[in-house]
Amino acid sequence: MANLTLVQAINLALVQEMERDDRVVVLGEDVGPNGGVFRVTEGLHKRFGGHRVIDTPLAESGIIGTSVGLAMAGLRPIPEIQFEGFLGPAYDQICSHAARMRTRTRGAFTVPLTVRVPVGGGIHAPELHSDSPEAIYAHQPGLKVVMPASPYDAKGLLLSAIRDPDPVIFFEPKRIYRAFREEVPEDEYTIPIGKARMVCEGEELTMVSWGASVVQCMQAIEKSGRSIELIDLRTIYPFDMEMVAASVRKTGRAVVVHEAPKTCGFGAEIASRIMEECFLHLEAPVQRVAGFDTIMPYYKLELEYLPDAERIGLAVDEALAY
Amino acid sequence: MPTKTVFKTEIEYVSILDEHGQYDPKLGDGLVPDEDLIRLYEHMTACRHLDEVAFKLQRSGRMGTYPQNMGQEATSLGAAYALEKTDWMVPCYRENAGLFWRGMPMEMVLLHWMGDERGNAIPRELFCTPLAIPIGTQMLHAAGLAWAAKYRDEKRIACTFFGDGATSEGDFHEAMNFSANLDLPVVFLCQNNFWAISVPGRIQCSAPTLAQRGLAYGMDCIQCDGNDLFAVVKVVREAARRAREENRPTFIEAVTYRLGDHTTADDARRYRDQAEVDLWKARDPLIRLRGFMKEKGLWNDSKEAELQEKAEREVAEAVQRAEGIETPPSTDVFDHTFAELDPQLTLQRATRRTTSIGQSPDAAAPAPAVDGH
Ligand SMILES: Cc1ncc(C[n+]2csc(CCOP(=O)(O)OP(=O)(O)O)c2C)c(N)n1
Ligand SMILES: [Mg+2]
Repeated sequence: MANLTLVQAINLALVQEMERDDRVVVLGEDVGPNGGVFRVTEGLHKRFGGHRVIDTPLAESGIIGTSVGLAMAGLRPIPEIQFEGFLGPAYDQICSHAARMRTRTRGAFTVPLTVRVPVGGGIHAPELHSDSPEAIYAHQPGLKVVMPASPYDAKGLLLSAIRDPDPVIFFEPKRIYRAFREEVPEDEYTIPIGKARMVCEGEELTMVSWGASVVQCMQAIEKSGRSIELIDLRTIYPFDMEMVAASVRKTGRAVVVHEAPKTCGFGAEIASRIMEECFLHLEAPVQRVAGFDTIMPYYKLELEYLPDAERIGLAVDEALAY
Repeated sequence: MPTKTVFKTEIEYVSILDEHGQYDPKLGDGLVPDEDLIRLYEHMTACRHLDEVAFKLQRSGRMGTYPQNMGQEATSLGAAYALEKTDWMVPCYRENAGLFWRGMPMEMVLLHWMGDERGNAIPRELFCTPLAIPIGTQMLHAAGLAWAAKYRDEKRIACTFFGDGATSEGDFHEAMNFSANLDLPVVFLCQNNFWAISVPGRIQCSAPTLAQRGLAYGMDCIQCDGNDLFAVVKVVREAARRAREENRPTFIEAVTYRLGDHTTADDARRYRDQAEVDLWKARDPLIRLRGFMKEKGLWNDSKEAELQEKAEREVAEAVQRAEGIETPPSTDVFDHTFAELDPQLTLQRATRRTTSIGQSPDAAAPAPAVDGH
């Protein structure tokens, strides 16, 4: 057991999986001797060599496109896209190829790759370094989308992602890369993709969130003093509707929280599924606390944009008062 | 059938004032009048000083991530000088010197890096596009801007700036291909500083020059000493002429070096040798130009001391203006999304809420601060 940050937990998972499986290769911009701009791949180049930890040309489409080929040939590539804002050039290769190859070839070819992507706001970064595009990729059939909210989960989920036979977009919330530490076992363990985490139990209301927003939710819950059940989704797609539905049937009220813009954010899907599956248990409309339907502002105003404990608290009050 | 050579070429390298102070009067004389030379040097100095101040601002928490331009000032400055004031400048983020020459207020660049979009509200008459954060994307815009100028027969060209790393992006190649094949008046100015953050140039291009990338697209291409103001002025002037008069693009590789870290978030000691940095310190474009001006009797130590003071003042005032501007109200997040806000955004703006209950502001429970802070 070691007390690790999220960055360290991911690093540990990468090291252990590379030790275990020589099909695993890490590639991307600055992932080599520099250890990645967030130091997530620190030490890997030294340990495994330039053969398995590869600095690529500066081209996201190239990084993902070649990873698709590597994966089709049976390797387990882990490409890194330096920031979620630079997924743009890679979008075509992710959605037109990685996501479709199994279906296209009736399973003759598969693409077991894990795209690691730092995600989200709150770190005072320049433009296109703070977005939350998880719903875009969740909307693309054929992709799994994962976003851990704790060091422990990050390690277990990353191992599952790497071993998954299909493409996984592994979003790493950069706001909590180093925000706190947690006991993370040295020993190997996995956390299944598609299973949420019950952060705390409660009777009056269900709160669903993922990524860095989970921290804001915990603050809001503490502030409210009410009995609130918090579910960290952990996997955006496929998501754990079973846990969400069971909780909402118990509490009758739900608030979904995410950084991404509200309209067509993944909260819309959850709210809609709650309506479908828990309608007769609902005591109040499902609330969504989300980013605005605007371009993520530059950092001077980013805290105005990101859901915080105060905004979440208001939604909680309204849902409880309804 | 015997094989035959169907294509053969050479890449020219232009240097006029080299690191040892060697000057080629045949190429250099008449390029830049003395009084301009002094002003250009003053601009470079201010830009260098800004880098030092910005670094400290970032370290003391008064500014976010900032990319220093240190060592590369001559390239964008020489280009800006060689262009007409109404030609488009389509920069990346290491072109401060050129942008300031064009007339970009220093505080706008500061505001940008202080996380404030108002730093991008560039006066149209400057013909500069905003700093490009996503690498390698802006060259296509330059092609489009040049295309529009050609369409309207404006004799306006576009000069776009980018790094060695950017030449790996697909968009770069598309911009080159469009410009060459549609005969667009574009100057592609690659600042080859040998590094893309920690990734060395060899990973971006294994040909002996980046310049020759232009050949594949059938455009003129040339390499120059990017730390030599005269060389940059010369090659950009010729490329601009070709664009303006013949609607032909040119690819220029300006060989330079980033003396600082990639940005304030980077530590270059992790991946490159100090010996390499020291080598390039000796090739500093400022040192070179200062030496030349002294030799010509245009410059002396007291002028230098005066200039240092002036640059300090200029930068301090720009910082003061940038920091003095009030933080915009939170409604600013909404106001530039569309020409007119749709009802959904209007509601979110009024209540600053995205919660679903209380879809009408009246029905909502006491809303948090409406408008303003
Ligand atoms: C599309 C995209 N991918 C990745 C990045 C992250 N990034 C910022 S600067 C940089 C290196 C740029 O190198 P180069 O083009 O040589 O310009 P330089 O910084 O050396 O001036 C990278 C990878 C980005 N901004 N945009
Ligand atoms: Mg570079």
